[in-house]
Amino acid sequence: MYFIIFFIVLLLLAVPLGRYIASVFSGQQPLFMRWLRPVERIIYRLCGIDEGEEMTWKQYAGSFCILTLFGIAFLFILERIQGGLPFNPQHLGAVRWDTALNTAISFATNTNWQSYGGETTMAYFTQMLGLTTPNFVSAAAGIASCIAFLRGFMRKSCSTIGNFWVDVTRSILYILLPLSIICSVVLVSQGVVQTFRGYPRVQTMEGESQVIAVGPAASQVAIKQLGSNGGGFFNANSSHPFENPTPFSGFVELLAILLIPAAMPFAFGALTNRRRAGWVFFCSMALLFCVGFLIAASAEHRGNPLFTGAGIAGNANMEGKEVRFGVTESVLWGQATTVTSNGSVNAMHDSFLPGTSIPLIFNMAIGEVIFGGVGVGLIGIFFYAILTMFLCGLMIGRTPELLGKKLEPLEMVMAVIALIGPCVFLLIMIAVGVASPLGLASRGNLGPHGFTEIVYACASAMGNNGSAFAGLSANTIFYNLLTGFGMLAGRFLTILPALFIAGSLARKRTFPTSSATFPVENPLFIVILCGVIVIVGALTFFPVLVIGPFLEHLQLMSGIMF
Amino acid sequence: MTAQRKNLWQSELTGAALRGSFVKLNPVTLWRSPVMLVVELGALTTTVITIVDSVAGGKFWFDFQISLWLWFTVLFANFAEALAEGRGKAQAETLRRTRSETHGTKVFPDGHVEQVPALMLGKGDIVVVDAGELVPGDGEIVQGVALVDESAITGESAPVVREAGGDRSGITGGTKILSGRITARISTDPGDTFLDHMVAMVESAKRQKTPNEIALEILLVGLTILFLVVVLALPVFASYIHVSISISVLVALLVCLMPTTIGGLLPAIGIAGMDRLLRKNVISLSGRAVEAAGDVDVVLLDKTGTITLGSRMATDFIPADGVSGEELAEAALFSSLADETPEGRSIVVLAKQKVGIRSQDIHPPENAVFIPFSVETRMSGINWDVREIRKGAADAVEEFARSRGGEVSGRVTRTADNIALEGETPLLVADGKRVLGIIRLKDVLKQNIPERIARLRGLGIQSVMITGDNSITAASIAAEAGLDDFFAQAKPETKLGLIRKYQEMGHLVAMIGDGTNDAPALAQADVAVAMNAGTQVAREAANMIDLDSTPTKLLDIVEIGKQILITRGALTTFSIANDVAKYFAIIPAVFVVQYPRLNVLNVMHLATPASAVLAAVIFNAIIIPMLIPLALHGVSYRPSSAVSLLKRNMFIYGFGGLALPFLGIKLLDMIIVAFKHIP
Repeated sequence: MYFIIFFIVLLLLAVPLGRYIASVFSGQQPLFMRWLRPVERIIYRLCGIDEGEEMTWKQYAGSFCILTLFGIAFLFILERIQGGLPFNPQHLGAVRWDTALNTAISFATNTNWQSYGGETTMAYFTQMLGLTTPNFVSAAAGIASCIAFLRGFMRKSCSTIGNFWVDVTRSILYILLPLSIICSVVLVSQGVVQTFRGYPRVQTMEGESQVIAVGPAASQVAIKQLGSNGGGFFNANSSHPFENPTPFSGFVELLAILLIPAAMPFAFGALTNRRRAGWVFFCSMALLFCVGFLIAASAEHRGNPLFTGAGIAGNANMEGKEVRFGVTESVLWGQATTVTSNGSVNAMHDSFLPGTSIPLIFNMAIGEVIFGGVGVGLIGIFFYAILTMFLCGLMIGRTPELLGKKLEPLEMVMAVIALIGPCVFLLIMIAVGVASPLGLASRGNLGPHGFTEIVYACASAMGNNGSAFAGLSANTIFYNLLTGFGMLAGRFLTILPALFIAGSLARKRTFPTSSATFPVENPLFIVILCGVIVIVGALTFFPVLVIGPFLEHLQLMSGIMF
Repeated sequence: MTAQRKNLWQSELTGAALRGSFVKLNPVTLWRSPVMLVVELGALTTTVITIVDSVAGGKFWFDFQISLWLWFTVLFANFAEALAEGRGKAQAETLRRTRSETHGTKVFPDGHVEQVPALMLGKGDIVVVDAGELVPGDGEIVQGVALVDESAITGESAPVVREAGGDRSGITGGTKILSGRITARISTDPGDTFLDHMVAMVESAKRQKTPNEIALEILLVGLTILFLVVVLALPVFASYIHVSISISVLVALLVCLMPTTIGGLLPAIGIAGMDRLLRKNVISLSGRAVEAAGDVDVVLLDKTGTITLGSRMATDFIPADGVSGEELAEAALFSSLADETPEGRSIVVLAKQKVGIRSQDIHPPENAVFIPFSVETRMSGINWDVREIRKGAADAVEEFARSRGGEVSGRVTRTADNIALEGETPLLVADGKRVLGIIRLKDVLKQNIPERIARLRGLGIQSVMITGDNSITAASIAAEAGLDDFFAQAKPETKLGLIRKYQEMGHLVAMIGDGTNDAPALAQADVAVAMNAGTQVAREAANMIDLDSTPTKLLDIVEIGKQILITRGALTTFSIANDVAKYFAIIPAVFVVQYPRLNVLNVMHLATPASAVLAAVIFNAIIIPMLIPLALHGVSYRPSSAVSLLKRNMFIYGFGGLALPFLGIKLLDMIIVAFKHIP
């Protein structure tokens, strides 16, 4: 029931938001936002951006790389010198180099994997300038890339795909900023803290004194959910009562997590004038989302046979969950954050049953395409759509096309790189983690569960998710470098091929649909697309899932735990 | 289908293909098919392991069987390719042999004549070919008329007329002159003749891969790399739970997961498609054009020669007031006796029917003088004694009658106008000053044209007619033939403009032409089919040559183009869907000894780990020869909407590909177990 209400509210918000996003990027801002135009112009004037200038895909990709690399360098330096900077009431010192590098990559690639505990590592200044800023910028870069990618389908016989800086500015100014302001106000009303004061020392009931970590959290929480970032202000992330105090705040944050990713297909529909195609992509994502949720929820509700048998717990598995959220909401949160590359957690994923972790790992391993990260999720599912339409085109005896654009060797090379590259790197990363003593040393558990911990961490990094399984002590040089590599690979292997394809498609002529073409706007396409995603994912990760969660599940059923 | 399949296996080509499949084991040539190259490397690895183990006295029986079946996998794929090449190659080989033995009579610029081997003839050389001789090379007749037997290349036994000037001047090397003597200009250099193109299309090593084939191959290579990493990572993962996996099993898993079915059959599909095209008497100069033909959605057709027979036929006589039907028919008959145009002959035929006389009984009067048709008078006719019979364009004949002092009744004029309005042609017949009536001439459609146009529409292709006629005539023909659109009063350059216009609207345009003035349009069209009988310029501008010169050949080309693509897509889907079952066979087999609980994954209940792996490998190997007939004949194509076509193929090859290996592997497992129990 909770799930159905949630989904209806999501849909009611996502459809208009999608149209709004489309109008922002087609250059016709809706009337109620016109007053921001002068602000936008001032930004362009200050930054020396020519609004009318168009970029080729190479220039666009170059700008994207510059922004990302600059973000990494900036954040890395900031973390290293935070001790000497203001807004540091706790006098936190410089962050260790590998942690700083990992964090810098993590936030610049929209992953927000955190190997550190926020309240014990990062000063307020670092949190706000260093961590909140990339939350906006990396999300905006994702949206911009997606819009540029879609321009490949919208344009014909054209060598340019838009202006990166303009797209990023518009993403932040018209989309991310207004939404975060609304969201953070709602959150503050629910009791999320927003303060610059130092950590208060309070007397507990037992008469001991305790330091309570606070800070400017609400503003960061809003964008971390909206921009599919997920980096928590506090270590306990969204299960922390100051980040997510009430069931209602949980509901709002859950909406924020899925809102923009769910709106992107509608934005695509409006931009390309193919409303129904937008719905088709949304439905494909929604279908996979619901199936994954049902698998996870049923596993979690069935509970842990050992605990249930021993009479120490109810039927559902409550281990590692907040009582104020309960099982369904926690599982929905887990499902929502793993599909959207939003790494926030409101329950300990480590404590989910193995049957639950299978869909969660699957969501991340297939490359975050079920809704996915803001912008990049839609790009990701388009790669699968390219593969799907390639097969479908052949099966009806036409040279394959997608949305009127022919799919030729160049597009295939890029789609294959974007689909298979991350899978290949992910498998290698897991193998490195599993084979090296350094990798094994960080495990929180032995046996298949320890294997799952490593798989989860690698998948989270490669999918630019940032979700932590916990259990694994990831703040080691080994894991900081391994996941750092994964995050870079995951980010660039998605966006650069996408921009390349956009450039190549924009140059082509567009073919009209006829009775002989297979339209995307067809239920059959949803079925085939979902089938392709599931089969490709399953074929790649079958052994991993068998050795990890599935084996653990079997052993759990027969009474062995790790 | 049964008869065809018999053909395939029993033909003497099978022997050559068997030899070919071993020759193709050479890694240098196998490089063109990367998937199979990896399989071969895998087979080599397991063979080495088998040999080392057997020398060391260890257990090698299992490894030996795996190696054997891996080699079979490669051989089966090679066999498919060799078989596909066979027919076209044999045909080309015969032609090449005849040609290398052929001599041509070359005329040197200074006028002297010499016998030279056909292979020495180059572009621009002039040759003389007499009756009974073979044409030494491709070219164009510059002088003379000949009856040519083209059966060597077309298989068509009826000889055809080829003559200098006009649109029937092309000749092809290897054909035979039956009668007549021609002087021809050779138009190709050795190595660039039709024959060479023909061979290049059906011979794997020389064939250029089409963009679509390359795109598919990229996907296959990508999948191969992915599965290679999956398999390489597996022992690492397995060692985490203290399971070790033998190299043979890993190689077996790799080969089973890789898209070997499509990878092995991919070259055969393309070659067989070209071969099927060749058997429809179409030579394609680019494989790309054949596949593009599957996408064509507009075809430009010339009216004359394509849609209509190219001449008008008399269908009715309409006498003027006070004139009897017989009198008109007789006058029309006399006026046309010497008229050798098809129109004239059709008038004679119709008149004979009306008057009821047999051919022998007709003689022109003794002192008759025939007046031939001329552009100035726009009439033809006959004069004898004082009679002047004329037939011709309405206004010209009216003018003639008036000049002899007659007058034309309003009814005749009106009737003539009405006939013209209906898109047909009225011819007036006059005897001196008396206008006798009207001959109704009609454009006659070629046989089956409306059906073929309808079939084109079924394929999603619009047919557009181009004609120099006025719009009324064009409209009536278009309506009769069921065309989607027409362009009347077109000049040759209109065609080029029209093709550009359609292409700008995003259409893929096919064009069929034969004349020299078609060449620019042919060069612009996405798919350009030239008639073999057409001029050399047209043939050079086109990317396909229709040896039979039947204009509706496009239907066959489109269907074959689509079949090639569908077969590729179907086998790719099948190949990938197959993997699911193979995982369920091999993964439990790997882990079940140490983790018996994982036997729940053994959904097929395969007997032992060894039999499971072996069954998967054998299934993977024998599915290739089992699908050879499908690859060579192509997936059957029935015009229907894209969605229903996709549903059908997805169900058969996607769902079927998912389910079939579960059955197949289980069956093979049972057979293997049964054999083990026999000893």
